[in-house]
Parts: sequence; structure tokens; C-alpha cells
Amino acid sequence: MMTPLYKYGFFGEEFSLLVAFALGLGFGFFLERAGFGSARKLAAQFYLYDMSVFKVMFSAIVTAMLGVTYLGWIGVLDLDLVYLVPTHLGPQVVGGLVLGVGFVVGGYCPGTSVAALATGRIDAMIYALGIFAGTFAYAEVYPAIKGFVNANPMGQVTLPEVFGLPWGLLVFAVVLIAVVGFWGATKIERWVGSRS
Amino acid sequence: MNPRPDTPYLNPYLAGIGLGLVLLASFVIMGRGLGASGAFSSTVAWLTNLVAPAHAQANEYLGEYVGDGSTHPLKAWLVFEVIGVAAGALLSGILAGRARLAVEKGPRVTTAIRLACAFAGGMLMAFGAHLARGCTSGQALTGGALLNVGSWAFMLMVFVGGYAVAWFFRWQWR
Repeated sequence: MMTPLYKYGFFGEEFSLLVAFALGLGFGFFLERAGFGSARKLAAQFYLYDMSVFKVMFSAIVTAMLGVTYLGWIGVLDLDLVYLVPTHLGPQVVGGLVLGVGFVVGGYCPGTSVAALATGRIDAMIYALGIFAGTFAYAEVYPAIKGFVNANPMGQVTLPEVFGLPWGLLVFAVVLIAVVGFWGATKIERWVGSRS
Repeated sequence: MNPRPDTPYLNPYLAGIGLGLVLLASFVIMGRGLGASGAFSSTVAWLTNLVAPAHAQANEYLGEYVGDGSTHPLKAWLVFEVIGVAAGALLSGILAGRARLAVEKGPRVTTAIRLACAFAGGMLMAFGAHLARGCTSGQALTGGALLNVGSWAFMLMVFVGGYAVAWFFRWQWR
């Protein structure tokens, strides 16, 4: 085991900020390449005539998931040292719903809005101002809702742990869902496209 | 709509593999995934701290991002990552001839209404992302690849929420 490099002390915090910029560069490049600097392209996911959001997201998830699985298996990556956001099902279910509504209303998610505003999309600039306003408002109401936000802590936990199933089986299931999903998404796109 | 045709977008599967490899590199190099919403929180904490320092530091949520004053609020990993996102997207957009001032909207909606919706959507997004402890990048993408329980619940609900209201907002896009 020698990775994650940062956790094994290969470099310090100052250099990690440089790494952050470099990784962001790649992230932003592929977001824009995929067409995710356009709210119309993103919103199309919810009107079924262009399911690129699903296809890109699940291709990325499968790629990274197979990567960490393989690197963990051959003993290069210590998966226990990779940070997991703690699970709180209540606020994460509600947060997901609210975010989904915000996606359709606003046309972006935070990451894609940065890609869009950087390429000159005025609606994305206004959207980012909305995030600032929303963040400020959230901070103001936080004391009143923090009981709910921090309820039912499950800690850093993965699906294989919760269901008591082998990691490899869950990986296989996600790949299967993705492949069937890609096939279904393309079918739906053609069907919706032929109707309009 | 456009004065000249743009370069076609990259095949979604190839773009996804590219994104996935960047995410994998982040796991291997940093031991963490990618994100976006946290950078907005740092910026809001910094701005609030400039205008009303006592208010920012007393606030339970912003206070964490402001820190104890030993480091600048903007000297945060996600802030540097998001600056990279902007630079990378701009580079791709220029190469493809897609970088230009424009408003993304369907043909049936006025610019003013589209921009009002963008603002409202941003506000909703901020609330959702803070409730969920991350957005589509920090939760769905990053946690999805790590089989994180909360991330999968979150991702499912994003699609449920989006499809539930899509019909009511179709005038904005089609």
C-alpha cells in the first residue's frame, strides 16, 4: 500500500492545493466536452430526449469504481483511507429531492454551473449568485434545522457493509445497472425523439 | 439558434470515462473525491466575514468555513479545485468554439424569466446540497464510485425530484 499519496505523506498541504487545481482542470474540461456547460443539454435528461447526464455520470462512476476496486485488490490503494461523506439518510433524501427540483428549475448543479459560467453562460452566473444567496440563507436557518441535519448518524458506511454483501457483488450489480441503463436510455431517447 | 454550428459534444461514454479517470486520480493522489458546493460555502463565509466578521464567526455553519483566522477562508482545497474547473471548462469551450456570452433557455421563455428561474434554482440547489452534505459532484459522483450509502440514496432522490417537477417547468426548456 502506498496510496492515497497525500495520506501517506508524499506531499504537504500547500502542494495539495496545486493538485486540486490540476484535478479541477481535468474535471472542468470533461464536463464542458460532455456538453454540461449548457443548461438545455443538462435539462434534457428530465425530458428524456437526451440522457447524456445519466450516461456520463454512470460511465464516470463505473470507471472510478472499477479503478479503486482493482487498485485496492492488487494492494496499491488503501480504500480505508479514502474519505467517505458520513451517511445521514433523512437529510440526504430530502436534500436530494430539493436538489433535483433545483436542477430542473435552474438548469445546473454547482459543478456544471462553474463550467457554464466560465464559458460565458449568463444564466449560470445568475444561478451561481442564487447559490450564494441560498448558502447564506441556509447558514441563517441552520441553528433551527441542525437537529434534522444531524439526525440518525450512520457514520462512514458503504452499501456492502450495510447489506452484508461482498464488495465485488455490489460492484458487479452497479456495472449491470449501468449497462442495462445505457441500453434503456438509448431506447427511450429514440422513442421520445421519434414522437416529437 | 446559433450563428454557426458548434463542434459536436464528446461521446457521453468517453466523456464519462474521462471524468471517471480524473475522479480515480483524485482518490489515488488525495484520498478524497471531487466536489463543487463546498467552494461556494467557503466563498460565502469569506464574503460574510469581510462585511460582518462578528456575524460570520458567530454563525454555526459559516464559522466552520471561516476557521480560527489562522488560514484564509479561500485557502481551501475545493476552492482551488473549482478554479481549476472553470479554467478547464474555458479551455475546452474555446477549443470547441462554444465559449460565448449567451443565455441557455428554450424558445418559449423570456430571458428575464429564465434568469429568475436560474436564481431560484441556485437557491434551491444550495439548500439541497447543504442538507445532503454534498452535491452532484461531492455526493453522487464521488460517493457513487465508493458505494457510499448516503450518496446512492441522495442520487436516486435527485432523479426522483427532477422527474417529479419536470413537467411543470417544460416551458422553460422546450
